[in-house]
Amino acid sequence: MSADAFEQRSLSAGIVGAAVKQVTRKVPQGEPPPWPANAELQVVGKDVPRMDALDKVTGRARYTFDVQLPGMLYARTLNSTLPHARIKSIDTSRAEKHPGVRAVHVLDRLLMAAELRDPGDEAREPYPIVRFTGQPIAAVAATSARAAEAALALIRVEYEPMPHVTEFEAAIDPGSPPVFPGPTEQQATAGGGGAAKGLPQKGNLRGPSKGGSRGEIERGFKEADVVVEGEYRTQVQTHTPLEPHGVVADWRDEELTIYASTQHVMSVRDEAAEIFKLPKEKIRAISDYTGGGFGAKYGIGNYGTLAIHLSRKARAPVRLVLDRREEHVSVGNRPSTLQRLKIGAKRDGSLTAIELHSFGTGGVAAGAGVGMCHHSMYPCPNVSIEHYDVFTNAGPCAAFRGPGQTQGIFAFEQAIDAVAARLGIDPVAMRDKIDTRDADDVRARAAERRIGAEKIGWSRRRAPGSDAGPIKRGIGMAQSMWPYIVNSYTTCEIRIAGDGTVEAFCGTQDIGTGTRTVFAQVVAEELGLRAEDVRVHVGDSRFPPGPPSGGSRVTSSLTPAARNAAHAAARDIASRVAPLLKAPPDELIFKNGRIERRGDSKTSLGFAEALRRAGIETLVHRADRRDDYEGYARKAGELNISPHAIGGVQFAEVCVDTQTGAVKVERVVAVHDCGRPINPKLVESQILGGVTQGVSYALYEDRRLDAATGVQLNANIDQYKIVGSRETPQIEVHLIELLGGQSSTDARGVAEPANVATAAAIANAFFNATGKRIYTLPMTPANVLAALRAE
Amino acid sequence: MSVATQHPPGREQLGTFGPEPQPLSLLVNGEVRTALADPATTLVEFLRDALGLTGTKIGCDRGACSACTVWIDGEVAASCMTLALDARERNITTIEGLSREGELHPVQQAFIDHDALQCGFCTPGMVMSCAQLVNRNPDCTLDDVKTAISGHLCRCGTYPNIFKATLAAAAASRKGQAK
Repeated sequence: MSADAFEQRSLSAGIVGAAVKQVTRKVPQGEPPPWPANAELQVVGKDVPRMDALDKVTGRARYTFDVQLPGMLYARTLNSTLPHARIKSIDTSRAEKHPGVRAVHVLDRLLMAAELRDPGDEAREPYPIVRFTGQPIAAVAATSARAAEAALALIRVEYEPMPHVTEFEAAIDPGSPPVFPGPTEQQATAGGGGAAKGLPQKGNLRGPSKGGSRGEIERGFKEADVVVEGEYRTQVQTHTPLEPHGVVADWRDEELTIYASTQHVMSVRDEAAEIFKLPKEKIRAISDYTGGGFGAKYGIGNYGTLAIHLSRKARAPVRLVLDRREEHVSVGNRPSTLQRLKIGAKRDGSLTAIELHSFGTGGVAAGAGVGMCHHSMYPCPNVSIEHYDVFTNAGPCAAFRGPGQTQGIFAFEQAIDAVAARLGIDPVAMRDKIDTRDADDVRARAAERRIGAEKIGWSRRRAPGSDAGPIKRGIGMAQSMWPYIVNSYTTCEIRIAGDGTVEAFCGTQDIGTGTRTVFAQVVAEELGLRAEDVRVHVGDSRFPPGPPSGGSRVTSSLTPAARNAAHAAARDIASRVAPLLKAPPDELIFKNGRIERRGDSKTSLGFAEALRRAGIETLVHRADRRDDYEGYARKAGELNISPHAIGGVQFAEVCVDTQTGAVKVERVVAVHDCGRPINPKLVESQILGGVTQGVSYALYEDRRLDAATGVQLNANIDQYKIVGSRETPQIEVHLIELLGGQSSTDARGVAEPANVATAAAIANAFFNATGKRIYTLPMTPANVLAALRAE
Repeated sequence: MSVATQHPPGREQLGTFGPEPQPLSLLVNGEVRTALADPATTLVEFLRDALGLTGTKIGCDRGACSACTVWIDGEVAASCMTLALDARERNITTIEGLSREGELHPVQQAFIDHDALQCGFCTPGMVMSCAQLVNRNPDCTLDDVKTAISGHLCRCGTYPNIFKATLAAAAASRKGQAK
């Protein structure tokens, strides 16, 4: 059968229980028949308990943090104490002699930061230029962490300080000290990120990038009946996964093994292979469990590179796990933004012009954009986008749950709310009017608005600032949009042993999203087994290629490949078992642990018994993720972006104390779609997490640097405030089941869609409570009181 | 200098400790476990690095995230803020010792049932605090649960399910007692 052979099929598409219709799609031959709605399936669509929950509640789950190997050394990193400097010399001789020290390594190349387009713009230096306080310089491996720490103090670094700039306002001044002496590029890593190539750069301003611009902006404003302008600011947020970045590197003559706390074992392997000039097959990257990532854990990183060097030198495994300060400072953050946004609209709400002039500050890294919402969410003929990345002497930004879009939607959905308020149109009706592209996310949001409005009690929403006293309550809503992404190079392998053991393999990883569980469910569904009957293996670069756990793309990429492999295995088994049951193979179905003739449950065999009697020893089936039936709007490397996005609508109810400036989010109703939910309970957990992080971003989190030294003032958990149990609002999750007719499972992601609209929904609720816009995040008392005093 | 004067009456005989590493015996999960430690060794370091009990995590190493929560004489404690030598003559329970003879504590089971975990790194600490709450006060309210874990950080945002799970475990435990 050729991979290019297609057939026309009639498939169901639409929202289950509301509007499902038949569509015709060009489907690759050999695709499994479409699944019916979840209600008619046995395992998929059910709240199967998370497969690794038992290991997690008993402490048996082994994270990279917990890997302990015989002879393992502990490494600590020496970090720059200055924000910008040349390193004239480094003397490690005393550290090398310190008791317990087995190896010292000085970093010769800095990863994760932007690099000069023309290296000739900078004089050749013996060591990488220091561009932020906390930049890793060297590391020591010793028999104990304490010995390594003591040895660090013995390394002598001679710096030649250079002028620095840490604050956005100062950095955009043409006279400010340049972080880089010439134009830069930021390469994407295997996990994504990076910035558009070849953009102009003047001083610390890199850009503009104008992606998404169209039409004639001036004409658009002329045609508008109302124009709304605002200047929105968002802060730097750090990822703060509970398990910090870290690796255990074990360099042997024959193989390098890297245990990594990562969102992509393949990127750990690939980057290590490139840096150490090793063939990929000599490197094995393993991640049984990863204690949170949220976008920052891709690739080998400076810490990983150091650990590998140390392991090679010491000829022993080396554990290098960042401490909490290093975690905050040096391995990623969500860039801050300034978004000047101007929107023009007709009296009926239709948009005539969207103009965005934005800046993003990703420290020493580029790629600090503000997402695609401004130009792609709602139809508008005239759009002008100008975005600049601004360099500062601060730690590099990295992707962070809905990168760009979370910042962008905070501004954009408030601006849409402001247009609605000016026109006297209800915010939900406003979205009904403008959210009209022909795409699944649009149809999903239309349904989600109805559900959300009913659940939150939208009809009791009052005019802005209705409460007479100092405590003011309000309700607001905002919409989510995130691309539906499919990763090429996703392959699943199913191995079935003669005793009925089913194993499933994929080199993706489960960072806490439930990947193991949905993988097992899909395989179990095809084989008529229970999810717990399937042994899932992920988190190992030796397995068939799998997607990174980022971009909300694991479930969408993995499950069709998993289903197709399991389906092929089932048909293979059926053909071998058919003679035993004296039935044609295509009449055999797999159900409740048995193989039976359709419509004749008496003609059946237990799964394991059937395999045994058919004389099956081992069956191995592999399948790749095929392209979506309707194809993609864009392809970038292994990343495929569907013309259909993922929707989501969130409603928030807040309480603002106008005397103290304290904001409390009392309730959030989050209504979401993710194609076919494979495990609604796990989807709900993802959404709870997205909302919680969104509340945290909106109200509390704020990385603060000391401008004089570049030192982060709150690089710990007690001072970097994150939502805790006391601040968690009541969160209600509602999920729709949306069939797209795009793949053999029709599953899509939800991690990022669940996060991107929360801050905007809270901000719109703030407006409804107080009658004032909150343009600046986080909504701390100082920012709130300033907003209440404005105008 | 004796460090014993800092301790409750009856512990003076424990004597001096350090400065060089020396054998330290602690009662962990019902067993006396002995390993080398120096006076600066924290309880969590001793549990993880000396005894290999890696279920107890370190999130901040300064008592701010509670990932390192264990029980000392049945009370929750931050093991990163406790010196190992201060745990002598105390009864220490870690996540590995919470289930008895393979039977999960009701809070562990409820965490599974209510999906009260995602990445799972904060989970051992969360379970220890919630289990202690349910043991101490099976009539606990939502507000009690929030208070019990107010010092814990979960970055994945599992709080709502932790509330549900703990209240469900408390209800199950009340039922068990009524029998």
